[in-house]
Amino acid sequence: MSQIKMPLPDSSILDRREYLTAGLTVAAGSGNVITDPIETIAYECDALVAYRCPPLAVVLPRSTEEIAAILKFCHLNNLPVVPRGAGTSLAGGALPTADSVVIGVSRLNNTLEIDLPNRFIRVQSGMTNLSVSGAVSSDNFFYAPDPSSQLACAIAGNIAMNSGGAHCLKYGVTTNNLMGVRMVTMKGDIVDIGGPHLDPAGYDLLGIICGSEGQFGIVTEATLRILGKPEGARPILMGFNSNEVAGACVADIIKAGLLPVALEFMDKPAVIACENFAKAGYPTDVEALLIVEVEGSESEIDDQLKKIKRIALHHNPQVLRESDSALQSDLIWKGRKAAFGAMGQIADYMCMDGTIPTSQLPNVLGQMQEMAKGYGLRVANVFHAGDGNLHPLILFDANKPGDQEKCENFGNDILKLCVEVGGCLTGEHGVGIEKRELMNIQFNDQDLEMQMRVKDVFDPKWLLNATKVFPIGSSSSRRNKNSQKAA
Amino acid sequence: MTEIIEPECEIELAEFVRGAVASKSKLRIVGGGSKQALGNSVTGKHVSTSKLHGIVLYEPASLTIVADAGTPLEELEDELSGNGQHLPFEPSDYRNLLGSSGEPTIGAVVACGISGPRRIQTGSCRDSLIGVRFINGDGDVIKSGGRVMKNVTGYDLVKLLAGSYGTLGIITQVSFKLLPAPEKTATVILYDMDDNQAVGAMSKALGSPFDLSGAAHMPKGKNQSMTLIRLEGFEKSVDYRAQKLAESLSHFGEVEIESDSEIAKKRWKQINNIEAFANRPGAVWRLSLKPGDSPGVINAISQSREIEVLYDWGGGLVWLLTPIIDNCGEKIIRNCVNQVGGHSTLIRAPKENFTGNAFHPQSDIVEKISTNLRLQFDPHSILNSGKMSAI
Ligand SMILES: Cc1cc2nc3c(=O)[nH]c(=O)nc-3n(C[C@H](O)[C@H](O)[C@H](O)COP(=O)(O)OP(=O)(O)OC[C@H]3O[C@@H](n4cnc5c(N)ncnc54)[C@H](O)[C@@H]3O)c2cc1C
Repeated sequence: MSQIKMPLPDSSILDRREYLTAGLTVAAGSGNVITDPIETIAYECDALVAYRCPPLAVVLPRSTEEIAAILKFCHLNNLPVVPRGAGTSLAGGALPTADSVVIGVSRLNNTLEIDLPNRFIRVQSGMTNLSVSGAVSSDNFFYAPDPSSQLACAIAGNIAMNSGGAHCLKYGVTTNNLMGVRMVTMKGDIVDIGGPHLDPAGYDLLGIICGSEGQFGIVTEATLRILGKPEGARPILMGFNSNEVAGACVADIIKAGLLPVALEFMDKPAVIACENFAKAGYPTDVEALLIVEVEGSESEIDDQLKKIKRIALHHNPQVLRESDSALQSDLIWKGRKAAFGAMGQIADYMCMDGTIPTSQLPNVLGQMQEMAKGYGLRVANVFHAGDGNLHPLILFDANKPGDQEKCENFGNDILKLCVEVGGCLTGEHGVGIEKRELMNIQFNDQDLEMQMRVKDVFDPKWLLNATKVFPIGSSSSRRNKNSQKAA
Repeated sequence: MTEIIEPECEIELAEFVRGAVASKSKLRIVGGGSKQALGNSVTGKHVSTSKLHGIVLYEPASLTIVADAGTPLEELEDELSGNGQHLPFEPSDYRNLLGSSGEPTIGAVVACGISGPRRIQTGSCRDSLIGVRFINGDGDVIKSGGRVMKNVTGYDLVKLLAGSYGTLGIITQVSFKLLPAPEKTATVILYDMDDNQAVGAMSKALGSPFDLSGAAHMPKGKNQSMTLIRLEGFEKSVDYRAQKLAESLSHFGEVEIESDSEIAKKRWKQINNIEAFANRPGAVWRLSLKPGDSPGVINAISQSREIEVLYDWGGGLVWLLTPIIDNCGEKIIRNCVNQVGGHSTLIRAPKENFTGNAFHPQSDIVEKISTNLRLQFDPHSILNSGKMSAI
């Protein structure tokens, strides 16, 4: 049994199922609506697979205008909506409710405009993250945010979650690379915000839409900043005999004024799992492994790596291996990128996503291992060390009764610790349903009320993905106001 | 002299706001008073954040700083430079431009969303801002974000507060992510290009792998035109990139590399602070456009008005000096901008010579969302009422 509770579905909607699906078909066009329970199975969950629920219907529109018509219909009929990109959310952001319509943007996957002199690309939001970079790659440009899920995840989901990636220490996350959106509001109005210019005319609405977890509107198009590719990049691998020492090395690199494009940290359990899985040649006798990558011309790279090696040598690394070929670079990254797959081979796992001040790294990693002992579970860490965004992977056995609950409790304890030491519940995966009930740890009632008032502006009826982000008790009065189940 | 209320701490300020709600008084929010001229004029009781003063936390190895809103910008920057770091977005100092005095505070920099030439590389003020505390129009203390660089917990009110000119809340504390300050600064200079060529050259440079931190153009006036490209970083890297850029831009004309860091820094400070328009009569506008559209817009405006311009952000930002006649040129400037998209803000004009909104009117639906947002943050319309819009 899983622990996160969803509110009971609105029976007045379930009772009108036939009427509503018929209406949707009229609004959306019959080829765009899926109601067959076999076919909707694919939309029952996202990457937080422990939680599933069949929606009332799934709609896969082909244009912004179709989405506007569908949302108008839903708004009129008080029908809850769950926007969906590729369904790779790890937080349950795209999890449907039984009384909701999933609106997926997977058919909106065209490039609309590429403007190299002005350095932007305009795309439909269903395009995958990787295909955006792909569209400009031959011109030597790229789109910087690179979540590990980039092959599958859609720009729509990236915007909703404000996703990050391994290279965001230098290039920022989605919000720092997003220039504009076209969005359909719950009422069915189409609104354009931002564009190819560099700052907002008034309030930074784009800034608040990015990261709003599909609660403000359905984003159908995005204008994204693209950058000229660097001349080259090269990683270096460093192994240390404790997390503390590796953490101190990270701090010294940053203090020295170096800004690697990536600074990835793996603890021993992660190193061993990745090595067994990917055979990347990682040393398995170290306690902590750093992958540091720098960019530039050959000579710039040499110069930076020389500085980094000099710093590392102060910390007595057990291993210091600079890549000397493209093949080796690939190998160094291969292990890191395979981390999730590697864990999946060993056991079921949950991926947490808290952020801590980097100065707290050794302390938090230490406490985490203590907690793991207490719970009798294993935890491995791969994370972006430069920015303190942890990804503890907690291993458990889904077939063992009680193990998932234990795992969730352990995860919650880790996140509480992150907040305690000055960090936050989620660095890039979003709140979704997963961290909804923990929001009170980071925010007080007034903070949450202020945020909910922002949702009131965009979605006064609280129909859009409304069971996410806020503790279910905090949002219930707003959610129930319009639904007839309260009566 | 009008009385200025200067609460000693956040709690006192929040109490004061609640008192203002009860007595239905409007508030005019002041930091150090150096940027009061920005936006539309506001009346009300003066309340200042200047006593909310001090750096709360600074961890160089975590690249983060937290400071109370009234902390002078200079104090903060001195502390950072002592540790070889800086605020990535390079906040401008508009005192000369606006003819104002007072000590710029970090809270006001955020409230006005002020970002300098490095915007094109490391983002604007809102991109470096990772946390805020503020007091909304009900007198509640609200926090958003925090002190860590990566944080998607809850809505990003941080972004919304940046550049909201005190109309959504009185900012009491701000946190930033920082960057190492460069070891070396150099400027690649191209001469004698017209605006179109200059934007073309800057676009080419910005699309290159050479990681520019500034791209500005000063059209021909009394002097020949200059197009300036800034490179920052480690010495060897800057030298290398400057050389490469100079080579790749050589077909645009004569190219010079100015590699003395001190001279380069001074030059970019002047650009950042729009010194060229300081102590000059006339109104100053700030235009935000797609870079490639800028020369056309400027050309169109110049058909019917006398103007002088400065391009920053590779052409994406245009500063414009124009006589005050005809409501400072509002109609023609806004019409020309509307032809292509983007926006214009009136930055400086004698009060009696401008009527209208200093901010560019937006689509009906965006205006409506903005108004509704304001009313959620400040239901009684007491915070800097009128600054950005009618309410
Ligand atoms: C193996 C793996 C690795 C991952 N690595 C990373 C990583 O490195 N960094 C990172 O940040 N994340 C990572 N993630 C998480 C996930 O990929 C991101 O959150 C991603 O942005 C989700 O995109 P999606 O298209 O799959 O969105 P979905 O899962 O479909 O939806 C995510 C959220 O977006 C909303 N949404 C979807 N479409 C729209 C729309 N059109 N308009 C408005 N709201 C919408 C949904 O309602 C939901 O709340 C990883 C996930 C997996 C499975």
